[in-house]
Amino acid sequence: MDITGRISAVKRDYLISLAKEGKRADGRDFDEYREIKIDREVLRNAEGSAMVKIGNTTVMAGIKLEVGEPYPDSPEEGAMTTSVELPPLASPEFEPGPPKPDAIEIARVIDRGIRESEYIQLDKLAIEPGEKVWIVFIDIHVLDYDGNLFDAGSLAASAALQNAVIPNERYELGENLPLPINLPPVSCTFVKFGDAIVVDPNLEEEQVAEARFTVATDANGDIRAMQKGLSGSFIIDEIKNNIKRGQIHAKKIRKLLEG
Amino acid sequence: MSELIKDGLRIDGRKPDELRPIKIEAGVLYRADGSCYLEWGGNKVLAAVYGPREAIPRHIQDPTKALVNARYNMASFSVKERKRPGPDRRSTEISKVTSEALENVIFTELFPRTTIDVNIEVLDAEAGTRCAGITAAAVALADAGIPMRDIPVACAAGKVDGVVVLDLSAEEDQQGDADLPIAISPRSEEILLLQMDGHLTYKEFEEALELALKGAKYVSKLQKEALMKKYKG
Repeated sequence: MDITGRISAVKRDYLISLAKEGKRADGRDFDEYREIKIDREVLRNAEGSAMVKIGNTTVMAGIKLEVGEPYPDSPEEGAMTTSVELPPLASPEFEPGPPKPDAIEIARVIDRGIRESEYIQLDKLAIEPGEKVWIVFIDIHVLDYDGNLFDAGSLAASAALQNAVIPNERYELGENLPLPINLPPVSCTFVKFGDAIVVDPNLEEEQVAEARFTVATDANGDIRAMQKGLSGSFIIDEIKNNIKRGQIHAKKIRKLLEG
Repeated sequence: MSELIKDGLRIDGRKPDELRPIKIEAGVLYRADGSCYLEWGGNKVLAAVYGPREAIPRHIQDPTKALVNARYNMASFSVKERKRPGPDRRSTEISKVTSEALENVIFTELFPRTTIDVNIEVLDAEAGTRCAGITAAAVALADAGIPMRDIPVACAAGKVDGVVVLDLSAEEDQQGDADLPIAISPRSEEILLLQMDGHLTYKEFEEALELALKGAKYVSKLQKEALMKKYKG
């Protein structure tokens, strides 16, 4: 059921007692990300692609565009869909088959960040308004799972969209053009265990996590999407603090996306 | 785009901090162990609780606690364009976050190897169905006699035409700027569920959160009144 798998009681106690001293098992501060690496244009057939590593977590995003019908409530606009695949190669806990609730939740939270920040200029993706529009498929494949798929997936999607093209030539619609985009959202995820709230959880921290919180902010630092997950709770001040910390991290991560 | 706020009032005549009318009835179904019918504006929602009962298949059993398995489902006729029956990605996500929010308050460790199934059926929808569903589910859980730390309650706030408002209507949800549904444990004010999409500055978020909390606490009273009505006669 659970994508993280179980953790031994000894390890759990160890992580919680370390956290009481303000420490994390991998030596990071509570408020410190692992190293982030972004590689762009890593695939030939995708319209845009990126591979993102956050520590040992590796995620690949591929963008494909297809011509399709617009949604009835937005006939003059293109459409986008986001999906997350958790293939068995990325973790011993991942099973083949259709997406499970965990994958769907990650995909939908990433989707909301991109959609609500109006990252893709969907209004410029009509071919024949009301009839034919571009559908942007954002497919995120997890390749190596060591925690924090929300941020890794979001970052990979954002980077892949930055270099995506509209494949006009393949559809005999003229020259290929860059996909029209605005500034990307940046997602920042925390988990809570014991009394600690840490940013960018690795796998073992996700295994002991009681509650999770993700905030996606835009270039102004405004909030575009949030999601609280897992069965634990946050008090109001913790939520507010998470958002403020998230805004600061997002600023730094945004520089990596722009660089 | 039409104006959503005129002379300080919303298109349905509500003030920014006003909820839609809410009606809650506990124990409405015969077969379920606990149930609740709830109307919230144009939403009509039924919740039924079964369990704790043996978790099947056995390999899903947890020897340390009960599984809380909420299933949020929209009836095909509950929306303007017929919805294809069965779970979609949206309802799968809502079921997941609802299960997690409810699990928080239930003493699951009292019922190892069991499931507590919470079925939420949206019969008629008008924005805010997840909040209506969680609010109804909480009453159904209490009606089923499931031991809980608190009776959770949900409410949304949002932003329309630049104004932070409580409990979005359908038009406000579609044309508004942001939606912030939350579920809380009302006694401790712990946040059990929080989602947001749209555009809020940090300051607007604080305002919306405060409004949603106030709304939730009011709805919490209505939940308790509904339970009292059934059990006090």
